Amino acid sequence: MARRKVELSLGRNPEMGVDGLPTQTPLAPFEIMEPEIDTEKMLINIGPQHPATHGVLRLVCELDGETVVTVTPHIGYLHSSFEKLGEYRTWNQIVPLTDRMDYLAPLIYNCAYVMSVEKLMGIEVTERCRVVRVILMELDRIFGHLLWLGTTAIDVGAFTPFLYAFQERERIYTLHEALTGARITTSATRVGGMMADLPEGWISALVEFLDTFPDTLAEVHHLLTGNQIHIGRTQGVGAIGPEDAINYGLTGPNLRSTGVDYDVRKDQPYYEYETYDFEVPVGKHGDCYDRYLCRMEEMEQSVGILRQAIDRLPSGSINVEDPDISLPSKTDCMSDMESMIHHFKLITEGIPAPEGDCYMAIEGSKGELGMYVVAEEGGTKPVRWRVRPPSFVNLSAIPKLAEGHLVSDLIMINASLDIVLGEIDR
Amino acid sequence: MNQPTISLEPMTDQPPSELDAVDEGALPSDAEESGARMVDVGGTEHPSVAALMAAFGSAVKAHTVSAGDQAVVWVEASKNFEILRWLKDDAGQLYNMLSDVTGLDYGAGRAVEVVYQMFSTSHKRSLRVRCKLPLDGLEIDSVVQLWKAADWLEREVYDLFGVTFKGHPDLRRILMPDDYEEGHPLRKDFPLRGRFSRAEQTRRALLQDVERFYQATDLQVGGRPQEVLVPESTTGLEQEEAS
Repeated sequence: MARRKVELSLGRNPEMGVDGLPTQTPLAPFEIMEPEIDTEKMLINIGPQHPATHGVLRLVCELDGETVVTVTPHIGYLHSSFEKLGEYRTWNQIVPLTDRMDYLAPLIYNCAYVMSVEKLMGIEVTERCRVVRVILMELDRIFGHLLWLGTTAIDVGAFTPFLYAFQERERIYTLHEALTGARITTSATRVGGMMADLPEGWISALVEFLDTFPDTLAEVHHLLTGNQIHIGRTQGVGAIGPEDAINYGLTGPNLRSTGVDYDVRKDQPYYEYETYDFEVPVGKHGDCYDRYLCRMEEMEQSVGILRQAIDRLPSGSINVEDPDISLPSKTDCMSDMESMIHHFKLITEGIPAPEGDCYMAIEGSKGELGMYVVAEEGGTKPVRWRVRPPSFVNLSAIPKLAEGHLVSDLIMINASLDIVLGEIDR
Repeated sequence: MNQPTISLEPMTDQPPSELDAVDEGALPSDAEESGARMVDVGGTEHPSVAALMAAFGSAVKAHTVSAGDQAVVWVEASKNFEILRWLKDDAGQLYNMLSDVTGLDYGAGRAVEVVYQMFSTSHKRSLRVRCKLPLDGLEIDSVVQLWKAADWLEREVYDLFGVTFKGHPDLRRILMPDDYEEGHPLRKDFPLRGRFSRAEQTRRALLQDVERFYQATDLQVGGRPQEVLVPESTTGLEQEEAS
């Protein structure tokens, strides 16, 4: 018997509500009962090319009527063997591979990778570099969440938030381009520093973005947070409890929506995140609606972190002052013998690493992003470079989340997990 | 095509003999004798490492501190399930979050390793456990029973390294196609561009059986999938390559 409980209750999570929402009368919970009919199960193949799977994801669903009995995800259609390619590249040559994994928040990947390599090599980057990387990572957290917001809203039929989100993303693209010369494939970081320092006027452009971005966020709140259709499509859909969520390895907003306050920035702090004043939004029900609220709140918290980081941005060098790690300036290479030798040695040989392994986890936009690098003594290339992709583990929970829901809910659940197939398939 | 230029020598002074290495692997005990792996970290020693050694004794082969502050433990591969279950359930450890399972191949006949990265949300500690598997016995117990997160992660290690996880409920390839026959891509003996020629890869891609896109249980539900059209002659590819 297909039985589905529909509960449209408004005003939940008052602590995360937004002021100025139109008041709406909560609907009394009701149940839809469907008559018992003998039916056959049906196999439906969704994807790999399908707009609702957010990439080349293939879901084979066994359906009882419209209810999902089992769902089997098939991945690997975008497999590019980045990890194998990395074993043939020097440490700095791997940076361009990283942003192609999560092209929705590329700077987080750039930073995570070099942070892991620097930790393995014991390199302390400069104070300015640390703050700049915090700025870039928080900016791309907003960047990644905005894409999720727009596409997820479209999946439940709301088109306007998509336009709002992409308008704001376009402004971040412009910031990317001003900093790195590329909009998506940023490759902004280098071991020991950055490809380049912030260009002139970049910070004021960022401040301008931060001043106006919260207004857009508030508008999206007006459109979605109290919207009855959105609530009906998301509340109670794809819910998971805290113990299960941890056991399934969920991280990021997907885990925090269940009530677990695990955030790598707080629990295993890096780059002085413990000194920034920000809250970790935590949900209660672990359903699609709470995931939505968590991400919305996270964007606002990121704005706060960005403002603090801009305030404390120190002057000084952005790269480590070590000729064995950082490239000399182009002018020096052209005029100074030693600089040219250093440049030549660094480019042809790379940076030698000590023997060891290092797992560095950071809070990516999708969850815990781990970079595991293994080196042999003096190795200028990794023996193994492993990415722990948050979406990969998050997606593996989808059979559990979607079981017993409708096919249309499966689309919503898949969207609410915020996956990016580039990092799942690597 | 470039071969990997990563230093492939084992850590001993002896010239590498592939047969020896295959037989024995790079045993953690070797490292213990030379003292290379054992790092005295004094008062900052990870509490779980000491507790592990007290509870399991000789099953803990070696331990070190990597990258400044990361505790790494090598344990006996045959006891991985027992040890990981203890790490998950013991009140002093409670590593309830399995962050990562991955493989590691140094090549040159050295042992393939399985690496578990864990985090305890109650104690706010992380720990890395590594198990060495000899090349002629790439088998280890699955930990899916303990953490559901291990399901896909172990499938990936199986797919890319060829490590069999005993007791895994659904050990299939995950990133590579189910009918991939070239081996396990992340092993060091796997060439960067694959084992088959481009023509052979294309030929196989064109000859794929549609039914292999589905699992046996799927086919019971959905019946035979529709046939896709396969070009009548695919032999032209080889001729093209030869010419």
